[in-house]
Amino acid sequence: MDVVFLINYLWGIMIIISIVCGILTGNTQQLSSGVMNGAEKAAKLLITLFGVMVFWSGIMKVAEKSGLTKQLVKVLSPPLKKLFPDIDSNSVAFQSICMNISANLIGVGNAATPFGLKAMSEMQKHNLKKDTATDSMVVFVVMNTASLQLIPATLGYLRQSYGSKNPFEILPCVIICSVAALTVALVLAKSINRLTRGKYSSSNENKRYKGKPVKLWK
Amino acid sequence: MLYGMIKGTKIFDSFIEGALEGLHTLYMIIPTLTGLVVAVEMLSQSGAIDLICNAVTLVADFFGFPKEIVPMAALRPISGSGATAILTNIFENYGPDSVVGKIASALAGSTETTFYAVTLYFGSVGITKARHTLWVGLCADFTALVMAIVTVKLML
Repeated sequence: MDVVFLINYLWGIMIIISIVCGILTGNTQQLSSGVMNGAEKAAKLLITLFGVMVFWSGIMKVAEKSGLTKQLVKVLSPPLKKLFPDIDSNSVAFQSICMNISANLIGVGNAATPFGLKAMSEMQKHNLKKDTATDSMVVFVVMNTASLQLIPATLGYLRQSYGSKNPFEILPCVIICSVAALTVALVLAKSINRLTRGKYSSSNENKRYKGKPVKLWK
Repeated sequence: MLYGMIKGTKIFDSFIEGALEGLHTLYMIIPTLTGLVVAVEMLSQSGAIDLICNAVTLVADFFGFPKEIVPMAALRPISGSGATAILTNIFENYGPDSVVGKIASALAGSTETTFYAVTLYFGSVGITKARHTLWVGLCADFTALVMAIVTVKLML
């Protein structure tokens, strides 16, 4: 399924449904004012996001430059090795994956994206079927679709600006939900990978069939 | 910050560099955000959201599922900024400390824009067959939704 197509499609449907519904229920006046209100709301939202985004991105850069992220990478390497058995832990691909996950953890999705893209292009180099995702790619992207944030800064800020008495009260819930979602994602992805074993792995697939995990990604 | 100072990093320079990147990201999402917020607003003003919600309410009530969350849960995997727009809407109407506000917060904090991530990462290397990635991602989002309701109701 073409995902890009889907998003474009959905946006169109949203607008068409609105117009049809507006005409049917006689809400055309509200509909046109909805367009103006929506635009205004978008601008307000941007201003709300403006400060926290810029500031937080700055702080994260400090964390990155000071080597804090590197420390996190050290902690994360062992579990990640298990998740990506066909990627050599000294390779650029593995380093990028670690950096991506670390950046996600401290809550800078923007910093995570470049590392994620790098990781993908490194993995693609060893992909046998260039138009099809490898097992590790699926696991990696799935990890990125589940939010791994430790501190949801933007969320806290939003709650605060709408007058929450305790913006970070929901933190334990967020963490439990994230962990649950991530667990489901990884278990599903891994078991489906196991079912199609060898069919979609990277260039070391033949070696792995013999039962020896040989690493080719240097 | 302290860590950076001890390590002797040029903290202010780094800060500026990162802040600029943040600004750039923000700049990049302006069109998406505007387009989606307008579409969502149109949906709710035309009464379409009410219609959909009413239809869902019957099922939702049965499971103790708050119907105010429905539009957000549906939009969350597709558009992050759209979901944020609905989130602020919920905060405005029910308050961030209401049960609905808390569930919405937990959902926002524990899910990602699944479609966006899949499109971006696979698109960047020209992979068109993502295999089971999308379905697994959506299953994870659904888990987060169920868990958000359960944890908020049990813990807060």
